[in-house]
Amino acid sequence: MEKAIISGNEAFARGAWEAGVNVGAAYPGTPSTEILENLVKYPDVYCQWSPNEKVAVEFAAGASLAGARSIACMKHVGLNVAADPLMTLAYIGVKGGMALIVADDPGMHSSQNEQDTRQYARFAKVPILEPSDSQEAKEFVGLAFKISEEFRTPVIVRSTTRISHSKSVVTLGERTPHKADGYEKNPRIYVPVPVNARRMRIALEERLGKLGELVCHLEQNVIIEGSSELGIITSGIAYQYAAETFPEASFLKLGMSFPFPDELILRFSKMVKRLLVVEELDNFLEEHVRALGICADGRKYIPGIGELNLDILEEARRKLEGRPEPEKKTVKPSPEVPPRPPVFCPGCPHRGVFFEISKLKPVVIGDIGCYSLAVFPPLSAMDMILCMGAGISSAHGVQKAETGQKVVGVVGDSTFFHSGITGLLDIGYNKGKLVIFVLDNRSTAMTGHQDHPGTGRTLTGQPTHEASIEAFARACGIRRVVTVNPYDLQNLRKVIKEEMEADEASVIIARAPCILLEQSRRLGEPVSICRDKCKTCGVCLKLSCPALEKHQKPDGTFTIAVNPVLCRGCELCIQVCPTGAVSKSSGEKGS
Amino acid sequence: MTMGETTNIVLVGVGGQGILLAGRLICEVALAEGYDVKANEVHGMAQRGGSVIGQIRFGKKVYSPLVKLHSANYLLAMEIIEAVRYADYLAPDGLALINTQRIIPTTVSSGQADYPAEPEALVKETFERFQVADCLKLALEAGDARCTNVVMVGWLSRHLAFKEKTWLTVLERSVKKKFLAINQKAFALGKNII
Repeated sequence: MEKAIISGNEAFARGAWEAGVNVGAAYPGTPSTEILENLVKYPDVYCQWSPNEKVAVEFAAGASLAGARSIACMKHVGLNVAADPLMTLAYIGVKGGMALIVADDPGMHSSQNEQDTRQYARFAKVPILEPSDSQEAKEFVGLAFKISEEFRTPVIVRSTTRISHSKSVVTLGERTPHKADGYEKNPRIYVPVPVNARRMRIALEERLGKLGELVCHLEQNVIIEGSSELGIITSGIAYQYAAETFPEASFLKLGMSFPFPDELILRFSKMVKRLLVVEELDNFLEEHVRALGICADGRKYIPGIGELNLDILEEARRKLEGRPEPEKKTVKPSPEVPPRPPVFCPGCPHRGVFFEISKLKPVVIGDIGCYSLAVFPPLSAMDMILCMGAGISSAHGVQKAETGQKVVGVVGDSTFFHSGITGLLDIGYNKGKLVIFVLDNRSTAMTGHQDHPGTGRTLTGQPTHEASIEAFARACGIRRVVTVNPYDLQNLRKVIKEEMEADEASVIIARAPCILLEQSRRLGEPVSICRDKCKTCGVCLKLSCPALEKHQKPDGTFTIAVNPVLCRGCELCIQVCPTGAVSKSSGEKGS
Repeated sequence: MTMGETTNIVLVGVGGQGILLAGRLICEVALAEGYDVKANEVHGMAQRGGSVIGQIRFGKKVYSPLVKLHSANYLLAMEIIEAVRYADYLAPDGLALINTQRIIPTTVSSGQADYPAEPEALVKETFERFQVADCLKLALEAGDARCTNVVMVGWLSRHLAFKEKTWLTVLERSVKKKFLAINQKAFALGKNII
C-alpha cells in the first residue's frame, strides 16, 4: 500500500474521493481552504466554490437528496453562515452520505474568534467526528458517509488548524465509486411545514437515541488500556498531546464525540482511579462526564482559551501531580527583537486606498480579508470589523445613527459576493448616505487566491460568467458608482473627497489584481531613493511598505532605503514623496 | 539520530521566504528514509510578511505535530532576528543554523520598534551552538533569491543522517522542472557551507 505524508486537508480530500464522493462545495476560509483545492484534482468529482457557506451546504444537501455523496467544507465561522440550512437539514435528513467538514481555529491563527464546532453538533442534533491526524482525517470522511446514509443525517467532521495544516503519514487506498440513484419525491419527509416538522422533530430524537447506541460500539471510540491510576478522555488533536505527555495513562479516545457515548464513558470511568478530560476549546466532554455523575477534572488543569500544545499539557501534568514549578530553562528570547506582524505585501493594491482614506479620518468599518491589516500602524485605517459583509451593513448602521460623523465601509471582492450584496441592497432600499469601497483585487486573496463569481473562472479553471460589482451596485439602487485605479493616488484622493461629500450613497470600486496572483509579478522596476534629495521626512514610511526600510544610525538619525528584492515597482512612494527623492531605478542606489 | 528518538526541527523566517517548501522537502526525505513524520505548516493570515514558524518531527512513532519548547535539535532561521525570536524552541544542546539576511519589519520603519544594531552580537549572546551563513548570497549565486530556502535545506542536510540521493530525488519531484537546475545548485551550495 502506498504511503504518503499529507496534510489533514489533503487527507480529507483523499478520504472523500476514496469514499466515492460525487459533489464537493465550499467557500474558502483558513484553515479549511485546501480541502476543495485538493479534491478538485481527483477525477469523477464535481467541485465548486460557492459564493458563501450557506449556499455550499444547501447545494450539497440538494445533491445528497438526489442520492449523491456530498461534502461541504468551511471554517468554523462559515458554519455560522450555514447554520440556517444545517438546523433544518437535521430534520428533513439526507439520502446520499453528506459530510460538513468544519475547521476550527483554536488560537485564532487566521480568524476573528474561537468557536468549538462540537457545540453546533449538539445544537443541531447531528453526529460529529473528530480525527486526530491525517490518517483519521482520510478515514473519517468515509465513516461520515456511512453513518450519514444509515441514519439519514448530515454528519459534521470537525477539524482544527493543527489537523488541517499538519502533515502526517497516510496509507492511500483506492476509490469505491458511488452512483447517485436519483431524487425520490416524498414531501412528507422533505417538506417541513409544521404538520410534517412536528413529526420530524420526534424522529430526530429517535435518531439521536439510535446514534447514542452506535457511538458506544464504534471502533473509532476506543479504550487504550494503560495504568489504572489515571484515565484520560480526549478527542481530536488533543489526543496527540495527551498521549505524548501521559504515555502510561489509560485513554478513552473518541473519534465520534456526539451523541455522547454514555455507556462507554461509565465503563471507562470504572477502570481508572482518576479521570482527566483533555479537549481543545470548550469543556464540552467534561461537562457531560460530570453531568453523568462521574468525578472528573478538565478545565481545572486544561485551559479553554487558545490551542493546546505539549508545553501546556506538561504544565497540566505537573499541577495534577502536585509537583513544584521547575526552574526556567536556558535560553530566553531577547526582548530586543522587534515585532513582525503580517503587513500588506509590497505592491499591494490596497495600500494606497487606506493611505488616502486615513488622511480624511472617517470612521472606517472594515471586513474580513487581507485589508483587515490596515488596522495596524502606521496606516491605522480600520476602526471596526465584525464578520463577512458587515463592512457594508454595519457602516450603514453607523451612518443612520446620525451623529454627523463621516463613515466609510470597506469590503473585498470575494466578501462582496459572499455577503455584501444584501447590505448594499439595504443601503439602496433605505437611502443610506455613505461611501462603500469595494477593493476588487480579482481574487479571494488572503486564503491563497481562490476564484469567485467575479473572476470569470470556476474552481476547475473553466471560463464562466463574470459577475459585475458595478452592475450589482446599480441594481441595488446605488446611482454613484465609480471605478478607480488604486495605484493612482491623486485621482483616488479626488474621488474619495467627492464621494464623501455627496448627498447619497456611493460605491467606489478600487480595481487591480492582487500582486501575488502571478509569482514574481512586477508593476515596474524597483524604485530608488536619492540620498541628496531625501530629507528623511518619513512620509513614504507611512505607506507601511516592507520594501521601504528605515536604517537607524548610532547617532539617532536614519536613512531610508529601498529593498530591491522586495520592491514591486508600484511607485506609490514616488507619488507621496514631497521632495522628489524617489524615482524609477536609474542606478543611484539608496543603500 | 537513532530511529527510536524523535528529531525535532523548527524552521523560522518571514512570510514569503519559502518555509513551506523547505519543510516539505525535509518531511518527504524523512518519510522516504522510513521514519514516522509529523509536521506543521503556517497558512493564511500568518503569512503576508509576518513572522512565521514551521515544525517537523520524525522518529519511530510521533504523536504531536508541534515541538515542545527547549526541545528542537535544529533551529533553521531564514532571517537573523527571527532566530532570536524563536530561540526558546532550541534544546540546550541544539544547533541553530542562521541565515544572516536582514529583513526590516515595518514596525521599525514606522518608528514603533528598533531593529537590533548588531544582530550578530545578539545571536552570539543568545545561542550556545550556532552557525551563520549568507544564504541569500548563495541563492543569488545559484540563480534566484527565492531558492534561499533550498540553500538552507542543503545546509541542514549536512547534519542529518539521510542519504544525499534521497534529498536529490525528493528535490527533483518537489520543484518545477524549469527551476530544478537552480534548486540543485542551491542545495549543493548549502551543503558545502563551512
